[in-house]
Amino acid sequence: MHIVVCIKQVPDSAQIRVHPVTNTIMRQGVPTIINPYDLFALEEALRLRDRLGGEVTVLTMGPPSAEDSLRKALVFGANRAVLLTDRFFAGSDTLATTFALATAITKISETYGKPDIVFTGKQTIDGDTAQVGPGIAKRLGLLQLTYVSKVGDYDAANGTIDVERRSEGGTQMLRSKMPVLITMLEGTNEIRRGTMADTLRAARAEVVKWNAKDAGVEDLSKCGLKGSPTIVKRVFAPGPRAEKAAFVEAGEGNPADALIDEIFKRQPTLEAEMTALARGF
Amino acid sequence: MSEPNKAPAPAAAGRAATKKELPEHFKAYKHVWVYVEVERGQVHPVSWELMGAGRTLANKLGVDLAAVVLGPEGEPLRAAVAESFCYGADLAYVVASDVLTDYRNESYTAAMTDLVNTYKPEILLLGATTLGRDLAGAVATTLLTGLTADCTELDVDADGSLAATRPTFGGSLLCTIYTLNYRPQMATCRPRVMSMPERVEKLVGKVIEHPLGIVEDDIVTKVLSFLPDRDSAKSNLAYADVVVAGGMGLGSPENFQLVRQLAQTLGAEYGCSRPLVQKGWVTSDRQIGQTGKTIRPKLYIAAGISGAIQHRVGVEGADLIVAINTDKNAPIFDFAHVGLVTDAIRLLPALTEAFAKRLSAHSSDKLAS
Ligand SMILES: Cc1cc2nc3c(=O)[nH]c(=O)nc-3n(C[C@H](O)[C@H](O)[C@H](O)COP(=O)(O)OP(=O)(O)OC[C@H]3O[C@@H](n4cnc5c(N)ncnc54)[C@H](O)[C@@H]3O)c2cc1C
Ligand SMILES: Nc1ncnc2c1ncn2[C@@H]1O[C@H](COP(=O)(O)O)[C@@H](O)[C@H]1O
Repeated sequence: MHIVVCIKQVPDSAQIRVHPVTNTIMRQGVPTIINPYDLFALEEALRLRDRLGGEVTVLTMGPPSAEDSLRKALVFGANRAVLLTDRFFAGSDTLATTFALATAITKISETYGKPDIVFTGKQTIDGDTAQVGPGIAKRLGLLQLTYVSKVGDYDAANGTIDVERRSEGGTQMLRSKMPVLITMLEGTNEIRRGTMADTLRAARAEVVKWNAKDAGVEDLSKCGLKGSPTIVKRVFAPGPRAEKAAFVEAGEGNPADALIDEIFKRQPTLEAEMTALARGF
Repeated sequence: MSEPNKAPAPAAAGRAATKKELPEHFKAYKHVWVYVEVERGQVHPVSWELMGAGRTLANKLGVDLAAVVLGPEGEPLRAAVAESFCYGADLAYVVASDVLTDYRNESYTAAMTDLVNTYKPEILLLGATTLGRDLAGAVATTLLTGLTADCTELDVDADGSLAATRPTFGGSLLCTIYTLNYRPQMATCRPRVMSMPERVEKLVGKVIEHPLGIVEDDIVTKVLSFLPDRDSAKSNLAYADVVVAGGMGLGSPENFQLVRQLAQTLGAEYGCSRPLVQKGWVTSDRQIGQTGKTIRPKLYIAAGISGAIQHRVGVEGADLIVAINTDKNAPIFDFAHVGLVTDAIRLLPALTEAFAKRLSAHSSDKLAS
């Protein structure tokens, strides 16, 4: 079985600061990490490979420094890493990103064998759209299984795979046919620790680097800013509310009572409604 | 949805000059559509929230607002169509087929893209639910158009373009995104981000029936079974009238019980900030904020929560935000309406008791009268 996992290197947004005057991101010194959601996809892929045999190829599109994330994926046990990097890809929105990644997956397919499953994370913490997975699926004509919480039985004879998929009010049990694209739900597994052997292998391993041409991109107008139908016109910081909170001072009294008074004073209808709620009406 | 690396202000300024140059074949695209999400007979309320937002856009543009309803023929489907008119739709496009009984990407994408290609809307809005996100991504890629995900604000510009605003960089900034030269302009919004419009009884509206172009045999993915959530509260948090939440200030999972107790006394739902989920104190379906649920209760009580921007975006729609925090400079006081600077671990039990007294006194009044 050949499995491709798409991972993205993202700024550790817990550490992102916004410049108070210019409203721009202060990137200096912000460490990068593998998008946390992608680790669930990677681990699931590794487990499937361990169970069924085969290979895991990790793929990322990003600046040359995204090689770090790929090396980390190799430490976790991925067999091969491909970095798609070219200035033509800069400024890609979802549609342009899926064009580049889908083209690269086609190239991977020709070079290293046809993937049975392509995994992505549920979403990124910087782009945060959850749309790149579905986009890749459509472009490659793969069946799309999003928000998968469990990958179950694989029937080699019929080429089917069973998955559990999170839907709005419950869980769908689905049977689909390979090749499929799966976006993995968070919290479904825990990324393994790399073994010593994998760490040593990863340090020496070669990361395959492709530019647009290497990856087989013929139409550059579908890449980067040019290939992006969406345009960011304005970036701004959320405005503060007009006034700060009114602080409740209890004085000598009971602060709990003072707080409740303040709540009901501000929302007079709430008292009756809450009485009904509290009584389970 | 745009990659953040094109977001910073200087780069954006250059592009701001970009003008709309709509290709000839897109000029026929007109009207605003809202996808009405019906799953297992139930309409997701986010559809009506979007209908409210869609109405405003349609009025500004002077065009029609249409509902798109997909599903198996039957009473629930027809009820959803009728409800669409009550929430403001001028007309409804309906694809009724047994193939659409369970949500599957293949059949729903086929239905939606076919409708778009036939009737050509300029704007298409969907809920950012698991279903809506699954569908929107596939439809946008199939149509090769732009999609702005998880918008917090929708507007139209002087030239009639959709201005879709969404958080970026983990919520630290907002950006406004345009799909100038492609149609339809697609956007999703999370449940509870837009306010619920008023429902007005309305009996008629134009219904346009459209056939589904594919049959069951064309669809590879089969639904083996469906397991509904046992904990119905999972889906209720977003729609609760009163929500009590706790954060790291509570210090321990035991103290989080105080939040549960207050919620129980109030008949409210409880929630938490993200670190509590990461620590495994509370399950992830209780997380409130950018990567959790968006809530719009009448009353939100936050205990020991600092009010980071990612939390703030999930609660800003609440009518009344009450914050309890030991630090009077905590950011939560910048957007809470009422604040109390005190130890939540001590206040919560007192608050539970005082509320219990107050509310039970009331209900016995009522029972007596
Ligand atoms: C990509 C991304 C997405 C995120 N998404 C979310 C999200 O969806 N939801 C979310 O909540 N967070 C989210 N976060 C995390 C967010 O940035 C904050 O780290 C988090 O909200 C902080 O949680 P907290 O307020 O509970 O904890 P802290 O920031 O540690 O704050 C604890 C607060 O409790 C107060 N306190 C301490 N002791 C007491 C006491 N005894 N009584 C009363 N107050 C006390 C302190 O003064 C402090 O203000 C996200 C972060 C990132 C990077
Ligand atoms: N530049 C990229 N390189 C590789 N994979 C990506 C990239 N961007 C997004 N993805 C994948 O697509 C998923 C969804 O991303 P997003 O639509 O940005 O939320 C991520 O979890 C990744 O698996």
